Amino acid sequence: MSQLDKALGGDVDGGKTALELAQIPYLKMLGMRLEERDGRRVGVMAFAEHLVGNPTIPALHGGTLGGLLESIAHFELMAQRDEKQKLPKTITLTIDYLRSGKPRDTFAVARVVKAGRRVATLHATAFQEDEAQPIATAVVVLKVG
Amino acid sequence: MMNAAFRDFVPHNKELGLTIIAATVVPPTVTLKLPFDERLIGNPFTGVIHGGAVTTLLDAACGASVYVKLQEPTPIATLDLRIDFLGRAPARREITAIAECIHATADVAFVRAKAFVDDESKPFALAAATFALSTQGRALTDKEMRNVEPTRGGSQ
Repeated sequence: MSQLDKALGGDVDGGKTALELAQIPYLKMLGMRLEERDGRRVGVMAFAEHLVGNPTIPALHGGTLGGLLESIAHFELMAQRDEKQKLPKTITLTIDYLRSGKPRDTFAVARVVKAGRRVATLHATAFQEDEAQPIATAVVVLKVG
Repeated sequence: MMNAAFRDFVPHNKELGLTIIAATVVPPTVTLKLPFDERLIGNPFTGVIHGGAVTTLLDAACGASVYVKLQEPTPIATLDLRIDFLGRAPARREITAIAECIHATADVAFVRAKAFVDDESKPFALAAATFALSTQGRALTDKEMRNVEPTRGGSQ
């Protein structure tokens, strides 16, 4: 069972889709992996030079944090809905950038605020040293089904 | 010159191959293109590019329009960015984004942007962003502007 299957909450019938999710090219480029920590799904974006947006600080590019926050929201919703076959579609993504992302690994978690029949709202948080000091937060509205 | 600073000095813009293809001073707009690349696919079943790449494109376009508005090299940082995905991006196509800096105060700049494939009047994503001005970090020096790699064309 892949790390992603495990993080998404168990076996997948046919064993295909979650495994293929691990093959999402963009997430590979981003260096993002999914881990389970203290019973929570955590997205980890390993630092790499090519993720930098401002080399004078240096700070991570805002777009990389957006990709990380959007992705962890997708995975959290899929896990909670027991939906491993289909990626949700993003309707809106609203990101607040709170602190500059340092050149180190970044973590992200998401929480389902409301899961409706057609639309779900999630809050996602990205942090580095301390979860209580997030570097960015996002509201992610997803279309489900 | 603008592309040199924008792309070659910003590693993640360069990684995605973002290029400035047009800019106007009045109104302050910047047009960017994101070439299709297999590495940016977000859904292997459909071939549609990941939202994160679109976010990067729109954030970069918005930021560049702020530089055009300010007409001076000031360090800026995105405060917030909202993206409405009106539809999905067509698979395996180059994407264009146009951003306009609507207003700037001493501290904050306000930007609107859109992303589309063929027809500017039919965007698949809209963005609203604000930027903090004169933040930490520093502006590029003239020497740094000169020392970055030559652009591959499309320079303004």
